[in-house]
Amino acid sequence: MNRTAVITGLGATTPIGGDVPTLWRNALAGTPGARPLEQDWVAEYELPVTFAAQLSSPVADSLTKVEMKRMDPTTQYGVVAAREAWADAGLTGEGTVDPDRFAVAFGTGIGGVWTLLDGWDTLRNKGPRRVLPMTVPMLMPNGPAAAISLDLGARAGARTPVSACASGTEAMDLALQLIRSGQADVVVCGGTEAAIHPLPIAAFAAMQALSRRNDEPERASRPYDSDRDGFVLGEGAGALVIESEEHARARGARVYAELAGSGVTSDSYHITAPEAEGLGAARALRAALESAGASPEDVSHVNAHATSTPVGDRPEYLAMKSVFAGHLDSVPVSATKSQTGHLLGASGAIESVLSVLAVYHGQAPVTINLENQDPEIPMDVVTGTPRQLPEGQRVAVNNSFGFGGHNAVSVFRSV
Amino acid sequence: MADKEAILAGLAEIVNEETGLETEEVQLEKSFTDDLDIDSISMMTIVVNAEEKFDVKIPDEEVKNLKTVNDAVEFIAAAQA
Repeated sequence: MNRTAVITGLGATTPIGGDVPTLWRNALAGTPGARPLEQDWVAEYELPVTFAAQLSSPVADSLTKVEMKRMDPTTQYGVVAAREAWADAGLTGEGTVDPDRFAVAFGTGIGGVWTLLDGWDTLRNKGPRRVLPMTVPMLMPNGPAAAISLDLGARAGARTPVSACASGTEAMDLALQLIRSGQADVVVCGGTEAAIHPLPIAAFAAMQALSRRNDEPERASRPYDSDRDGFVLGEGAGALVIESEEHARARGARVYAELAGSGVTSDSYHITAPEAEGLGAARALRAALESAGASPEDVSHVNAHATSTPVGDRPEYLAMKSVFAGHLDSVPVSATKSQTGHLLGASGAIESVLSVLAVYHGQAPVTINLENQDPEIPMDVVTGTPRQLPEGQRVAVNNSFGFGGHNAVSVFRSV
Repeated sequence: MADKEAILAGLAEIVNEETGLETEEVQLEKSFTDDLDIDSISMMTIVVNAEEKFDVKIPDEEVKNLKTVNDAVEFIAAAQA
């Protein structure tokens, strides 16, 4: 069995929009999501980085008090995005999906870091009796996938790909496998992250990964710019409803795009640094195109991983150059982390949502803060105004890479 | 030291915080598991919050004997006396 997988629902909560319509509108306009952090702990711990890309709309508006209390923010964000995607797919009615044919594939990079560290504080300050009995289910990285399966009624497995910043895109890969192999008819997939906490900030800063442009947060995330100095930590979640084409057509669902292909590789090179020539990324890109039955020349848009770190952005360019060769000059590339910041395990999911909308609407979102393009990265980067993509069949590629040498690439095709 | 009515009211608030159940539903004869649908993890949270609120100790081995709301009210009242 090798069935076609299509995307029928989208959901997101992000630093530049609390739902998909707002995210898309802001992504086309070019909206910096980074803001100064106003929490007391920034000064208390003298953090070297004092800004981040926090959610633009509080999730408390769409969850009950009890849901908020029983879920780590990682799970809260995932559930909010998944519910939006589910409603967007028109699946909220009773009996529209067979629970035994419905799976969840929802990744995260870190998991419930707030719950873990709040629990540690409680233990030290108040003793073991006061440690919340819900601590374990709230901190476990499979918490979001499990909560979504409970919430939406999925009984064909609730899985959690964990591969740092490639997690969201590995969830797309898993969803595609589940649909193609016939193990599920419907998969809610995506990624979520809620790690704007002093410890991850201090840790990412310690490894020199974060931008320190503290006086100008909105200009800090600047992929491909000569003056880029690190990524901006973001938070949020993205969710997509993937269905077999047969299942979607039978119920007359609106289809945004085909999830046409996917490729996953590992560098086996260094625990954090990407392989300098982008060889692992290139292998993932080739594998994804092959899986999609597409040639490099078919690709009309790339949503790049492009985190704005000095060492990360160029290997991705070299990977694309080696696969697309001369065609790269005709591929508009968007680096949307310039707007959203880097949502770690959610970034692949948010960028999948943006890639799907790009092929659906025929427009590529903008890259902001690109003032002096790095001469070592000569590509056609979409800046200023959204780029109109060509009529006819459009193919978008989304790249995601993670610490550990994880490379994951998804391919979306217009229908 | 609170009287039993005040203990019931305080307990109802704790249950409401944890489960979202309306405070009026938390009545003396109600069973935590059968009537109020409170699972063991929520029950432990309620117990720990009650210990703090009423300044009593409720040993873990005692929790299984607290089947109804009245059992809990009586235990807390006796522990306070």
